[in-house]
Parts: sequence; structure tokens; C-alpha cells
Amino acid sequence: MSTGTGQAVQKESRSPRFDWSRLLLNAILPFAGVVAALAIAGIFLALLKTDPLGAYLTLIDGALGSTFGITQTLVKATPLLLVGLGICIAFRANVINIGAEGQIIMGALAGAAIPLSLPDLPGLILIPAACLGGFLAGGIWGFIPGILKARLRVNEILSTIMMNAIALQFMNFLLQGPLMDPENVKRGTFLAQSARLPQQVWLPRLVPQTLLHAGLILAIVLAVLVYVFLWRTTIGYQIRAVGLSPEASRYSGIDVGRNVALSMALAGGFAGLAGVIEVIGVQHRLMEGLTSGYGFTGIVAALLGGLHPLGLLPASAFFGGLLVGADKMQRAVQIPSSLVTAILGMIVLVVSGAGIWARTWAARRLAGRRREEEERA
Amino acid sequence: MKGVLHIGVLTGILNSMIALATPFLYAAIGETFAQTAGVVNLGVDGIMLLAGFAAFFVTLTTGNLWLGLLAAALVGLLMGLIMSLVSVTLKAEQGVSGIGLYMFGLGMSSLLFKVLVGTVKTVEGFRPVDIPLLSAIPFFGQILFHNSVLVYGAFLLVPLAWVVLEKTTLGLKLKAVGQNPAAADSLGISVVGIRYLAVCLGAVLAGIAGASLSISLLNLFQDDLTAGQGFIAVALVYFGGWSPFGVLAGALLFSVVNSIQLWMQVLGVNLPASVAVMLPYALTILALMISANRARQPAALNKPFDRSEN
Repeated sequence: MSTGTGQAVQKESRSPRFDWSRLLLNAILPFAGVVAALAIAGIFLALLKTDPLGAYLTLIDGALGSTFGITQTLVKATPLLLVGLGICIAFRANVINIGAEGQIIMGALAGAAIPLSLPDLPGLILIPAACLGGFLAGGIWGFIPGILKARLRVNEILSTIMMNAIALQFMNFLLQGPLMDPENVKRGTFLAQSARLPQQVWLPRLVPQTLLHAGLILAIVLAVLVYVFLWRTTIGYQIRAVGLSPEASRYSGIDVGRNVALSMALAGGFAGLAGVIEVIGVQHRLMEGLTSGYGFTGIVAALLGGLHPLGLLPASAFFGGLLVGADKMQRAVQIPSSLVTAILGMIVLVVSGAGIWARTWAARRLAGRRREEEERA
Repeated sequence: MKGVLHIGVLTGILNSMIALATPFLYAAIGETFAQTAGVVNLGVDGIMLLAGFAAFFVTLTTGNLWLGLLAAALVGLLMGLIMSLVSVTLKAEQGVSGIGLYMFGLGMSSLLFKVLVGTVKTVEGFRPVDIPLLSAIPFFGQILFHNSVLVYGAFLLVPLAWVVLEKTTLGLKLKAVGQNPAAADSLGISVVGIRYLAVCLGAVLAGIAGASLSISLLNLFQDDLTAGQGFIAVALVYFGGWSPFGVLAGALLFSVVNSIQLWMQVLGVNLPASVAVMLPYALTILALMISANRARQPAALNKPFDRSEN
């Protein structure tokens, strides 16, 4: 036992050189996964007698072909980035948070209810209040499955899926009752949406004539902060330690359960914040279909970004573009945008499958090379 | 409220309980096989969706329900192979790959439905078949012995699965691979082979579960037809303690709650529909909390097997 550890330490100290193969893998794998998924989806499109190349060109044109397209890509990247940050934190603690959809909804509910009930407060107070409220609401929605996992070992994937369904029904209930737009009720249209939020809570636009709002800046700042949190603070270190080895963490005195619950609460908080930002930045009211699948897309963005806040920046921009382009594709060449969901699924399958395989392969290669060097020495 | 306890309503509730339990049973028994061998397949819902669409579409175009069922089983098999390839051969994190499979099924079924069908259409699904003599029993006859073939199949599957798991060599191998793959491997059992078999068998059953929704219970297809039933089915495996009869008890509990919820809406009980729809999901979380005693859990559940590590 002791000799084994000694050897490992020795190996570690003997090869201080930077592990290039690992970096290369982290960069190439996601790219290859996306290409593979797009290729498979293209085959499906061809089988359905549509022109895959034309469809993909339309998609790229929709996402990047105009100023409005580019700003829309960034508008959609914003909630993906926020959701993805939370997913990263949870994943680092080895907790798989599938509950972002529900957490976005709970955050959006709080983010709409707070300004609607305090319409006379100035924006400088109301915007932070809405953000904080949404962060807390989403955080609670994440904390529940987190504490259930920590204390009762309830499978978090299943519980968060159920929490999603409950949150969705809760929003429907509120939108068809207490939160329904009074104007709507008066006119008898009964659309399931809330009243418009007071103007002072709307986030300022970054580019006139577009929907691009200040939420993007907030999200980018938070990405840097999450990086610092995970790699430069004690709590972040503990979360990562718990993810790497709960047993070792427990032996060294880290409260595993507390870190699991905390990581889920933070994940929920970031998803909740995404909900608030979507409400006060884009929609300016609460309405059905608000999440647009950001919860699931955010998971895929986080995986593709290597579960790293900074890798998440390009990943969420990419998926924002994919969502915007798919809308254009649906309008221009009548290919349903549900294609994107299928593509996302394939990306996850390819990246999760190939990821472990490639890492094992790289590790073996590295071990082989070390052995050679040792023999030579 | 007096009307609620009317005998006709009680028959109705029990009748739909039996029907609603059907997809849960196929999917959860199938997942029991996969998990007994140590693989958690979280893509059940996606398999149900894509296979459910296949069954619906083939039935719609050929008019042959059995061909529809076959299509569902084949789609299930194909998705089972994908899941096995990614989770068993490539040793991916099973939670993540399962979610990938779910999203693939969700998106692909919606895409194919919109492109190939487009509008809401219904098919003539499996009709109820009376079991001679037994269906004439007052009250219970109509509840238990006046159902479609797929319903009978689901309830017969429970004892069948029990026999396979408890009384056959295959069952023993499944358990060995799920409890201690290294030991099973050293005895010459192919861990990879058994896991492929278990996952694919489970996926075929998940496919039939989807078909039981689209060509037996509802006789239509729409986006997200399952509304998370596949995930509830996975939860039922935990709830049932990896035993077919435990799964049966869970499936009946869930379907009776669902059935009461539906009947409350029919009878106009004063409860918002959205609150009623929440019930099964909340119940699932509760069930997971109750079934937290994991003593029976296959020891190698969720752990990919790597020969070189042993």
C-alpha cells in the first residue's frame, strides 16, 4: 500500500512537463462530438428527403448572417451560460443536476412576482431584489434534491426530473390564477401570462434595435467568479474534492453531504438567475414556454465546455447560435426545431462515450511512454 | 362528494388503474433487468417516445397493429444497443449517457412526427379482449379480464420476470454481473455480453411500453407523449427493491393515484388541474425517499466494468 503511494508521488514529481495530450483531447473531443452529431443528423435529414447541407447553411446564416442574428445568439447564450455555470459546480461535486428547467421556472416566478408586487420601487433596488429573489427561489429548488441526495441518497437525476414537472405545473397554476394579467381577465382572453413588468426593472439594452441586454455582461462576470470560486477558494476546493473522491474527502474531514447539498443549491441558484434575467431582460413578463429548453441545453453546453466556467463561454455561444439558427431553419426550410434536441442528445452520447474512452487511451499512452523512459534510465 | 364513491366510478378508477399501470410495468420490469446487471438506463423515457412513435406510425400506414408493435420492439432494441455501446463498451457515466439517449428520443420522435404525420391523428388501437368465463365474474370480471392484449402481457410479464431472475441460470448470471463483475468475469461469465443482453432486453420492453401508450392506451402520438413516465418507471425499480413483484406494487400504486387524479378532473372535484397533475411527480419523490434503504441495491450498479482494473 505504502510503496504504491510512494511510487505515484515519485512518478508525479518526475514528470513536471505539461500534459499536452490531455489539453488536445479536451479541445478536440467536443469538436469531434459536434461534427459527428451533425453528420448523423444530416443522414436523418437526407432520409427525410430534405437537403441537409442547405438546412445547415440556413442554420449558420440564421445564427451569424446578420447583426440581429448575432445579437440573438448572444441573447440565447446568456441563460445557457448561467445555467451551465450551475451545472459545472454540481458536476464538480459529482452531482448530476437535470433540474435546471424547474429551477429556471422558480427563479422566473420570483423574478416576476417581486417587481409586480412592488411596482413603485426604483430600478436600482428592484433589479437586485428580483435577481436575489430568483437566485434564492432557484436555489431552494436545487437544495431540496441536494439535501435528499445527501441525507437519504435519493437519486438526484430522478428527483430533479420530478421537480421540473412540479415547477412547470406550479407555474401553470399561477399563470392561470393569481399571476394572470388582470388586463387579460378583463378582456376575457385568459392568455396564460402575467402582466407586463414595471419599466424600471427592464435590463438596459446593449445594442439599440436588438434584444441584447446587460444580462450578458453579468453572466460573463459570474463565469470568471465561478472559476475563482472553484479553483481559488476553500469551499470550491472541497466541492471538487468531494466530486473526485467522497471517501477520501470524508477521511480528511470534509462534510460530504453538506458540499453535495451546497453544490445543488448553487446550481439551482444560477439556473434561477437565468430565469430572472430572461424575464427582466427579454420577455418583460412571465409566460408559458419561458425556459425554451435552456435547462437541458445548458447541461450539454456545460459538458461540452469541459465542465469549466471558461470553456463554457464558447460552448454557450455555440449552443445559443444553434438555437437561433434552428428557429430560422424551421421558418425558412420547414425543418422542425426539435431537430436540435435530437442533435443535443447525440452530442451527449458521443462526448460521454468517446470522452472516457479517449482519456483511458491517453492515460495508457502516457503510462507506456513513462515506462519506456524508466527502462531507458 | 357522495357521487365519488358510486360503484360505477369505483369500477372506472380500477379499470383505468389497470390500463395506466401497463406502460409502467413494461418499462420498469425492463429496467429491473438492466439494473440487476449493474446498468442504470436513464434513457427509458426517450426509448418509449421514439418506439411509441414508431408503433403509431407503422400502424397508421399499414393498419397492422402487430407490425406496429414489432417496429416499437426493434426501435427499442436499436436504442438498447446504442446505450450498451456507450455505457458498457465505452464505459461512459451512465447518468449522462442516459440523459443523452432521452434527449435523442425526445427530439427525434418530435421531429419525425412533425415531418411524417404533422397533424393530430388517431389509430384504431388494440381492442379489449374478454377472457372466456372469467370476464363474466361480476365487478372484477370487467376490471381484470376485459383488457387489451398488451395489458395482459404486462401483468404476465411480472411472474415471468420473477422466474427468470430467481429460478434460471440467466437470472443468476445477471445478478452476478451486477453484484460482483470481477468475480463473474473470473468464472468465465462474459460481463459485457450479459450487460448488453440485459440493457437490450430492458430497452425492447421500454419500446413495448411506448407502444402500449401510442397504440393501446391513447391511440395517438404527440410531442412528449410520455410526460416523464419513463423516469417514473426507473424510480419504480428503486421503489420496488429490484424485485418484479415490488415493481408491480409500485406500478399499481402510481396508476391508482393517476387514475384517481384523472377521475377527479372528470367528476369536477374542486382542485386545479395543474395541482392534480403534480401528484404523481410528488409521489415519485416521496417513493424515492421511502425506498432509500439500499441494502438490496446491486453492488456494482452504475459502475462500468474494466477488466484491466482488476
